[in-house]
Amino acid sequence: MDLTGVFRIILLVLLVICAVAVNLTRSLLQSVVIFMAYSSIMCILWILMESPDLAITEAAVGAGVSSMLFLMTLKKIRAEDAGEEPDDAGQRDCPPVPEVSGREKDI
Amino acid sequence: MKQNLEKRLWKWLEGEWEPLDYLSEPAEVRDSSRESLKEQKKHLRESIDRMEHTQAVVRAEQKGFYAFYTLTAVICCLVLIGVLLYSVANVSEYGVENPLTMEVVGRYVSRGLYETGAVNVVSGMILDYRAFDTLGESHVLFTALVCVLILLHRDRKNMLPGVEDYYTVSRENYYELSGDPILRTVGMVLLPCIFLYGIYVLLNGQNSPGGGFSGGTVMGSALIILSACVGFARTDRFFTRRMITLVIFVSLAFYSLAKGYVFFMGANGLENHIPKGVPGTILSGGLILPLNIAVGMVVACTMYGFYSLFKRGSIGEDGTSLD
Repeated sequence: MDLTGVFRIILLVLLVICAVAVNLTRSLLQSVVIFMAYSSIMCILWILMESPDLAITEAAVGAGVSSMLFLMTLKKIRAEDAGEEPDDAGQRDCPPVPEVSGREKDI
Repeated sequence: MKQNLEKRLWKWLEGEWEPLDYLSEPAEVRDSSRESLKEQKKHLRESIDRMEHTQAVVRAEQKGFYAFYTLTAVICCLVLIGVLLYSVANVSEYGVENPLTMEVVGRYVSRGLYETGAVNVVSGMILDYRAFDTLGESHVLFTALVCVLILLHRDRKNMLPGVEDYYTVSRENYYELSGDPILRTVGMVLLPCIFLYGIYVLLNGQNSPGGGFSGGTVMGSALIILSACVGFARTDRFFTRRMITLVIFVSLAFYSLAKGYVFFMGANGLENHIPKGVPGTILSGGLILPLNIAVGMVVACTMYGFYSLFKRGSIGEDGTSLD
């Protein structure tokens, strides 16, 4: 087996490890980072399989844009530190719900 | 014990008590003042024993359920893995010519350059032979953008009433700047290279790997980095919602008009009157270059629109000034 074959097998093993680790990590932020690693490995594999078109798209979409959308969603739902100790992170930035006083209710 | 069960069953049937609702079992009313301390202790111990027993039963049931769920999940996964491995085993080996699948590919490889004028056979395939598929993909992207717009767009009608003030929120989002100097400096250094690379990939789609989707994504990423570095105030100067809508509409309409006729002509196509040019130069491949540019525009606008909608809930100003 030549060097490329060994390299390819190593990458495939890493790919499987990444795919399993995405599911097993408790922190969502770490999951996103591992998913980015998965996309990068997949990008190299596309090049090894002689389809550079897909490699460029995978690098830009998989490792770039989609991960960033994931990160921004995590920021929106404030779950970056979900794997750590629970604190009042959920209520931190929520705007206070205005109390409806009796007078306004009447109006 | 049996009588007890029967009594419980009747109680359950009459709605006084539920099997799983152990803790709410009505305690017998006792006049504690008349009982001796010993009897009280005895009753207390009895009730504690009963509670522990019921809790143990509940725990065992839960354990059984969890084991059942785990077992079912593992079995489902194994069945799925088996199906996938079976189908993968039937796929023809990588790199080996298969007479079943190589017939069309042989035509593409042998006559692709002559018929499409594109050195990159993949590009000639997806934008000439199968351009209608690519048209559908572009429309899928457009539909995705519309869906995100429907879900995440924030305007006066789409905010929590009384909690969020439209003008405050939009003004905050509008003037939001990244204060990180490292991000800004690196971004400003990298941006021209990324833009140039995106344009290169886009324009050379017919000669080298790349094309509309790849180049458009790279340019969309560059736009995202730009708006993350210098803030939305700068990108909104040229990327209003009207502008994005216009660009996407013109691109999709051009693509549909240029390639839609294939559908109506029974997938035969018309004579290509656009000169194919010298293979290998940028102005070659006939219609492929304009179609690549159209797809690239759609993809870039979609990526930037996703980012903008996720980040602040709107694409640019919608024509109204904030001041």
